[in-house]
Amino acid sequence: MSCFTNKYADELVKNAAYIGTPGKGILAADESTGTIGKRLSSINVENIEENRRSLRELLFCTPGALECLSGVILFEETLYQKTASGKPFVDVLKEGGVLPGIKVDKGTVELRGTNGETTTQGLDGLGQRCAKYYEAGARFAKWRAVLKIGLTEPSELAIHENAYGLARYAAICQENGLVPIVEPEILVDGSHDIEKCAAVTERVLAACYKALNDHHVMLEGTLLKPNMVTPGSDAPKVAPEVIAEFTVRALQRTVPAAVPAIVFLSGGQSEEQATCNLNAMNKLKTKKPWALSFSFGRALQQSTLKAWAGKTENVGKARAAFLCRCKANSEATLGKYQGNATLGEGASESLHVKDYKY
Amino acid sequence: MASASFLKSSPVLDKSEFVKGQTLRLPSASIVRCRPAAPSVLTVRAGSYAEELVKTAKTIASPGRGILAMDESNATCGKRLASIGLENTEANRQAYRTLLVTVPGLGDYVSGAILFEETLYQSTTDGKKMVDVLVEQKIVPGIKVDKGLVPLAGSNDESWCQGLDGLASRTAAYYQQGARFAKWRTVVSIPNGPSALAVKEAAWGLARYAAISQDNGLVPIVEPEILLDGEHGIERTFEVAQKVWAEVFFYMAENNVLFEGILLKPSMVTPGAECKDRATPEQVAEYTLKLLHRRIPPAVPGIMARSFLSGGQSEVEATLNLNAMNQSANPWHVSFSYARALQNTCLKTWGGRPENVKAAQEALLIRAKANSLAQLGKYTGEGESDEAKKGMFVKNYAY
Repeated sequence: MSCFTNKYADELVKNAAYIGTPGKGILAADESTGTIGKRLSSINVENIEENRRSLRELLFCTPGALECLSGVILFEETLYQKTASGKPFVDVLKEGGVLPGIKVDKGTVELRGTNGETTTQGLDGLGQRCAKYYEAGARFAKWRAVLKIGLTEPSELAIHENAYGLARYAAICQENGLVPIVEPEILVDGSHDIEKCAAVTERVLAACYKALNDHHVMLEGTLLKPNMVTPGSDAPKVAPEVIAEFTVRALQRTVPAAVPAIVFLSGGQSEEQATCNLNAMNKLKTKKPWALSFSFGRALQQSTLKAWAGKTENVGKARAAFLCRCKANSEATLGKYQGNATLGEGASESLHVKDYKY
Repeated sequence: MASASFLKSSPVLDKSEFVKGQTLRLPSASIVRCRPAAPSVLTVRAGSYAEELVKTAKTIASPGRGILAMDESNATCGKRLASIGLENTEANRQAYRTLLVTVPGLGDYVSGAILFEETLYQSTTDGKKMVDVLVEQKIVPGIKVDKGLVPLAGSNDESWCQGLDGLASRTAAYYQQGARFAKWRTVVSIPNGPSALAVKEAAWGLARYAAISQDNGLVPIVEPEILLDGEHGIERTFEVAQKVWAEVFFYMAENNVLFEGILLKPSMVTPGAECKDRATPEQVAEYTLKLLHRRIPPAVPGIMARSFLSGGQSEVEATLNLNAMNQSANPWHVSFSYARALQNTCLKTWGGRPENVKAAQEALLIRAKANSLAQLGKYTGEGESDEAKKGMFVKNYAY
């Protein structure tokens, strides 16, 4: 069979298309326990389950926020958590018209013989885990592969290994009713210019789609979560319009029209930068057969976190900051963002952390 | 797709560097020293012709227009001439091609014409260069550059397409002569597998041809034809087509082909010729469009579908299929690259007689206009002649 068709095919297509609804995007709230710990410690909050739960409740129950979202990616712990009044988070999301998603990878490990390149783990038992997550209410999944740009990177080996890992994961997800988000992140670290990033991105995406096709993944039931094409973190900055042109061109060259939506990662960009870049892409007049939207973690939560600082009395302020970013990005998916949405503290702060590891 | 600079960066030194006498360094991660990435320049792929290639491709893929394939080899042209009782002489081929390129107003519906090498260097019977006549008609001249199919050793009785040797100098010469696009037709056979080897060879050959053509200023039309012969159903064709196109695009990417400067000539997705289940134009359109959506990057400006007259289609069916594919917006221009689907009635009407030239030219124009409407999704099929509706199947059809 050229691509499988099983009982989930129609549902996968429907859900993938829904994620790309104009005016909506994804909140990536799937920080692992370790990673969320770093966030919490940055605002002097203890990394205990209750605090992790409170933070997510703060986000998901922000009035008006869910209207700007089509999906939220969760970490496993969160998939089974509830609000303080006992309502499961998945129900909160579903009632708000938001699809729950689940991070299913198990982190990266180094590839022997490379210069610090990695592959992503998580295929063992993935089928059973996906089935379990589907039962718990998840409808899409996420797996983050990581590549970097260097003198000799990304190597053929790293590209091949990560592309085929993504393809296996994607095929298994679809077998179990979850729309796979395919995320081949090329880290922004480095002093390379935007052309280099573009060429590497095109090479990586070509390999990814080759792998997906070889694995008979149904593209209409997938999403892509790529990096935007930008200069390296140590290279001179360029305007959002330039980023938009290079990014969309790279996607035109590699992503078949069957893919319904492309949801960008923010990768260390500030909240404002990420929004402006997304907006510029949606304003660009060129062939864009897929929706262009967001799947932001830090770029949606940064100023919210700062405003909250772990204090109950700040929840209102924190929610206002979160809603502000949600609306800004919602507008950006329509190319209508005017810029500088009541800048919360930290909205312009770069969120880049060198050699970022989850 | 990487620019040349970092294609060369590799931790494993290739043979040529060793031969040049450099010390063979162990490719250890920490002490890899390779040629540093070249200072970034604008990644201009396809050499200096990039802009022109993009412009030419867009021109050929203009709304309401498509390609007239008139690149029959001498042998094949001989068969056409024989069918109307004419001898296969250069004069007759010249007369026939003159008839085609001088159709008044052809450029309204035809954006490009693929020529055989002889024709590229020929003049019309009035002494004007064929290419000049075409250019005046606002038709871009193209040239067939492959050297035909030969048996593929080690395969399951399959073929591969020759023509890479000296292709760079040939394409450069053709560009000088006025050609601005090229065509290379390779085939894949479903009854014979196709074997992974045959698919790989077809895809890689196309990728190399495309890269070389672009390097010399010609927009490559990429044509992996999936032969109609066979009893297989439409699902099987669909499966094979998806595999073939995935390989083709991946290898083209590896060869740094500029996708904004290519055109595709896919075969539509249909059941095999001997399959008892037939398909409607709507079904063919559905499967073909699905294939294109799943495999063709939006950067490609035009898809010039081939017809299947050799598979029993009639001229009208070819037009209907094209029309069905243009009932809603596509990310790429979907048009025609037809040979017999345009020429069949015209040839018969001519019959080799000068007094029939006008009528023959009108017949060609009628088909060209019908397909133009089909490209715009507006073909209604009114007023079609019986000749145009006749099917023509030739088993084991070979060019």
